[in-house]
Amino acid sequence: MVELTLPKNSRVGTGKTHPKPDGVTNTKTFNVYRWSPDDNQNPAIDTYHVDLDTCGPMILDGLIKIKNEIDPTLTFRRSCREGICGSCAMNINGTNTLACTTGMDEVDGDINIYPLPHQPVVKDLVPDLTNFYAQYASIQPWLQAETPSPSKERLQSKEDREKLDGLYECILCACCSTSCPSYWWNSDRFLGPAILLQAYRWIIDSRDENTGERLDNLEDPFRLYRCHTIMNCANTCPKGLNPAKAIAEIKKMMVERR
Amino acid sequence: MGMRAPLKNVRGLGSAKEGTTHWWYQKVTAIALIPLFLIALGCFISLIGAEYTHVRYVLGQPFISLVMLLLIVAMFYHLKLGMQVVIEDYIHTESTKVFLLLLNSFFCAIVGLASALAILKLALGG
Repeated sequence: MVELTLPKNSRVGTGKTHPKPDGVTNTKTFNVYRWSPDDNQNPAIDTYHVDLDTCGPMILDGLIKIKNEIDPTLTFRRSCREGICGSCAMNINGTNTLACTTGMDEVDGDINIYPLPHQPVVKDLVPDLTNFYAQYASIQPWLQAETPSPSKERLQSKEDREKLDGLYECILCACCSTSCPSYWWNSDRFLGPAILLQAYRWIIDSRDENTGERLDNLEDPFRLYRCHTIMNCANTCPKGLNPAKAIAEIKKMMVERR
Repeated sequence: MGMRAPLKNVRGLGSAKEGTTHWWYQKVTAIALIPLFLIALGCFISLIGAEYTHVRYVLGQPFISLVMLLLIVAMFYHLKLGMQVVIEDYIHTESTKVFLLLLNSFFCAIVGLASALAILKLALGG
């Protein structure tokens, strides 16, 4: 059976509450998932109060402030702070999104932060995405063509280039895949929305000549057809993309080529 | 597992190169079930309170028995395909999974054929 409850050693307890800084009135409360592989403890929720008057507006700003000024042990990934690297993907008040593009004012009340769901946790808010990246490698995300390279670039018409809109913007943050119940239950075999969107990006690229082989590789009851159009992927995507539509297009091509 | 490269696990036994037929037939049977189910429902509602012999007579009529047979085929095939996916999704113990998949196939075949036989008997007499 799939696991519908957390195993004993993953049950989340109550952790430390860091006191409000003195003389500060305008604060936001952060409840953050903490777990360390080093101390043999269950995960716990630590509570922090962030002074909004001396903090940037985004949730990532709050996390960085906590790490700088309150608790340097808090661990999370971040890099570009502008929604293009995908590092700070996490579950914020029940929705997978990027901490850097979500404003603190978008959240009513306390801000509850967990790592991306249903992935092994390395530490605190850092998930282990090894399988996700290996799945990305498995679709061979690069241009494949037998026609020898022309002396300049491979040309593409304006119309064909437009087919990549809504696909090339994907930053592989894994918000969609880790929001997908099918991916939770079967991520060992189902490729998940992010990787299938990326696969489609190469399938419809007018310069790629391995379309058939790419479809062959996906035509599988698990790799592709575990998608049951639940649509969490499209709901959660912080870049506003629609992986479910890309998957539907792949399924249409599977029928078309028969 | 721990010493294998992640790509080895992802590639697994390779693509099964099927699944499209399953997906397609699930859609086709779903579409077929809409009119079939509506006709059957109308037929059943009109037969509320009717005499036993009259019900037998109506279900034996060529058009009605054809609809009923099509409904039975589409419904049990749809059921078999759908339940198979549910079992594959949620049951991860290999032995339980195989047992339930067999049970699903047998149940749909037996109950489906028994229903079809009942309609055929009414339609062809006997």
